Amino acid sequence: MKNLFKKFWHVIRTPSVHYSLGFLTICGFLAGVMFWGGFNTALEVTNTESFCISCHEMRNTVYEELQTTIHYSNRSGVRATCPDCHVPHNWTDKVARKIQASKEVYGKIFGTIDTPEKFEAKRLELAQHEWSRFKANDSLECRNCHQPDSMDITRQSKRAADAHQSFLFTGEKTCIDCHKGIAHKLPDIGTALAD
Amino acid sequence: MSNRYTPLKAATAAVALGLMTFCASALAQDVTISDPHNIANLRGGPLVETPDAPAINKVVNSDKRQVRNYPDQPPVIPHKIDGYQIDLNANKCMTCHSRTAVGESQAPMISVTHFADRDGQFLATVSPRRYFCTQCHVSQDDTPPLIQNTFKDVDSVLKSGSE
Repeated sequence: MKNLFKKFWHVIRTPSVHYSLGFLTICGFLAGVMFWGGFNTALEVTNTESFCISCHEMRNTVYEELQTTIHYSNRSGVRATCPDCHVPHNWTDKVARKIQASKEVYGKIFGTIDTPEKFEAKRLELAQHEWSRFKANDSLECRNCHQPDSMDITRQSKRAADAHQSFLFTGEKTCIDCHKGIAHKLPDIGTALAD
Repeated sequence: MSNRYTPLKAATAAVALGLMTFCASALAQDVTISDPHNIANLRGGPLVETPDAPAINKVVNSDKRQVRNYPDQPPVIPHKIDGYQIDLNANKCMTCHSRTAVGESQAPMISVTHFADRDGQFLATVSPRRYFCTQCHVSQDDTPPLIQNTFKDVDSVLKSGSE
């Protein structure tokens, strides 16, 4: 093993005999482009709704719940897909979230939530993860579409306008503080409050 | 199966013919709900037809409290409640109407009667028998009534009696 490593180190250290520096540079550049392109393409594939619901854990639970909400079906036909809310749009944050999500691959392999009962038992914990993430980034994924500056509160109901004026515009609260359970069913809130 | 003539078959055929005639006459009739004295049904057409579904009415979203028709009428909900979850896990209404939430929401608190169980024992929070809000409280559609009625408010009854 040590010899193998030494041999490899020797090859890496030795200047090229047959290929010119220009050739190696161009090849390295092309390989880099292909690797980077491939990496980003693969990243984007995992960032689609069809990828999310290719597992029944998502398709038969949260995706089904989403379909009854305004974020799936509405008058203007603009809709949010899973990654719009659950993956940061900024590249570095996205990669950080993707690295975190490798734990979900573990969960998939070992069937952590592969039955409705297991999912229901985990619902509160999963929801709390998302709530704290939204709370920490000031509901960034909501604000990617819903911008307070563009809210015409005269077009909102009085109730909504009052609440937005006294809590959202003042920065006292963030979207997720009030708008929980808008895209998926709420977990057992009573248990959450008792903790 | 035999093709023999039987009284039963004849009777069946007669009934079927009668039904067809009846349906044909029903088809010919122009039934409209707009005429309150000639209501055949509330579905907007004869039984044998599939009428166009009526447009979904706008829900009253004024946030203005409505007058109750009698003192112990459950107050109606003057706002939209689309997608409000009320189940074992959560009660969306209580995020504004619970005792502790009204300070922030400025919504009316659920009545104290809702804290009592059926033995009159007052609990710390809403009694399970009063948990499912929409069993009694409903939002209102902005629509004329399908059938007119002659309901009189008790005040107007008292007034007319005293005159």
